Amino acid sequence: MERLRRPGVVPLIIAFYMFILYAPVLLLPVFSLNDSIYMNFPLKAFTTKWYVEMANDVSLIKSLWASVKIALIAAFVSTVLGFLAAKAVTQYQMRWKGVLIGFIMLPLIVPSIILGASLLSFFRQFLDVNLSLWTVGLAHVLICIPFSMLVLVARLEGFDRSLEEASYDLGMSAWQTFRRVTLPLAMPGVLASMLLSFMVSFDEFLLAYFLSGNQATLPVYMFSLIRFPKSMPAVLALGSVILILSVVIIVVAEWLRRGKVKT
Amino acid sequence: MSLRRRLWRLWFLNENLRGYFLLLPTLLFVFVMLMVALVTLVVQSFWVNNPPGDAIQYTLENYSMLLTPHGEMYRVLLVRSLWLSLLMTISVILFTYPIAYVLAFHVHKHKVFWLIAISIPFWISYLLRVFSWKVILQHDGVINSILLGLGIINEPLDNLLHNRTAVVITLTHAWAAFAILPIYVSLEKIDRTLLEAASDLGDSFMRRFWRVTLPLSMPGVLGAVLLLFIRNVGDYVTPALVGGVSGTMLGNLIVSLFTDMDNEPLAAAVSIVMMLVLTLVVCVFVMIIGGRKRLKGVT
Repeated sequence: MERLRRPGVVPLIIAFYMFILYAPVLLLPVFSLNDSIYMNFPLKAFTTKWYVEMANDVSLIKSLWASVKIALIAAFVSTVLGFLAAKAVTQYQMRWKGVLIGFIMLPLIVPSIILGASLLSFFRQFLDVNLSLWTVGLAHVLICIPFSMLVLVARLEGFDRSLEEASYDLGMSAWQTFRRVTLPLAMPGVLASMLLSFMVSFDEFLLAYFLSGNQATLPVYMFSLIRFPKSMPAVLALGSVILILSVVIIVVAEWLRRGKVKT
Repeated sequence: MSLRRRLWRLWFLNENLRGYFLLLPTLLFVFVMLMVALVTLVVQSFWVNNPPGDAIQYTLENYSMLLTPHGEMYRVLLVRSLWLSLLMTISVILFTYPIAYVLAFHVHKHKVFWLIAISIPFWISYLLRVFSWKVILQHDGVINSILLGLGIINEPLDNLLHNRTAVVITLTHAWAAFAILPIYVSLEKIDRTLLEAASDLGDSFMRRFWRVTLPLSMPGVLGAVLLLFIRNVGDYVTPALVGGVSGTMLGNLIVSLFTDMDNEPLAAAVSIVMMLVLTLVVCVFVMIIGGRKRLKGVT
């Protein structure tokens, strides 16, 4: 369309999309500073009391820590598993490589409700374990693996194997080579994978809802609060804090991920 | 040679073996957590709903019930879930294609920045994004308070929230980034000389778009369509928060079978049926697409 070439049209379109994508989410911090339990305009008065209320909510803080712990573990484990798999598929000849990669990507495609239902059945009926934060953690590793794998495959694709070979030739052991050659080169990818996995796990609701038993994670706790208007402002305050932290984490992760392999 | 040395040699000489060895832990983990778990769900779907501790009895009742008049609610919700997921997928593609197009062809500076900016909202808590739509659409919410404040309406609109439109709008917004990126990637890959050739040969913009740009961007579009459609059929959060009664989907019923109604075997059966129907729909879709491609290849 020639009209798109006119000056000002493209920025206008981008601004329109940015507005639609961001405006709904940005309402949360706006209302979290508003002195009213109703979320509508015009705004009443500026207040930080919802943040104080949030910080004093013991179950909220408890669920926050539960989520942080799970997300840290899920990020670490999925990055280790994703790294091994990414190394395997990028640097070795393999039969059925596409099928194997596709299989590892499946948790990204299968609807969460199916994953949740089958893992519930698996943990409770087959393994006969009690639901806890550990069962949530395992489920989160499963859904984080595809993200770790995608990020790390992209990172390791341009990896020059001869660097590792040189290291072996110079008498380094496998572990030394990994520590001093492979890992440093893959580091941006590893960090990006950990940050993205952390976010995926930290935000995940449905699997945690199925598998957390009586220990709520943060999204599960927030979901239980959403039904009560009185507790809404504290949820908004919390949501705003998460929002800001998420944006920081994602910007760092994306920046790391899109960096080129430098050797 | 000692055994250790021999294994060490095998490890070093047989490259492929090392690859499979590295892949094994991840593969095993996904296999157990996905496939084995799915098998246990299938097994459980044939159980009689006995209290825990009782002997396990097997039955086909959970499945046959779905075909009787008692199962009507399940069938209605299944069809509705497929339908809403389809509507939502179409709406996401229509919403995201233009911005992916503009980013691919008309933005030349700071592309990476804009790509990151567009994908950030996707990473923000899904729950919060859905919740913000509840805040926007509810009775005393953002839209109503703005329209009342401007004097456009006198009474708050009651039909914004708790219906299917609200579900489709919310899901469209929540999943947009998931479609923008693949469509952008496939548009970006298009060889620009093909577009120039089409224009030089006299194609108008629209004709060029229909005959060159759109077909060449189809891999990204179809990838997004499949992912969005599959992932959203079983959505729980959005219908629970903004759907109301008319927007309830099968996912909500499955969750309440697990919790309030305490009938895990039936919940398992409904989940399995949903997955099978979904797989069937996707296979038919892929076959139609594949068939059309082959047909085009011949002519």
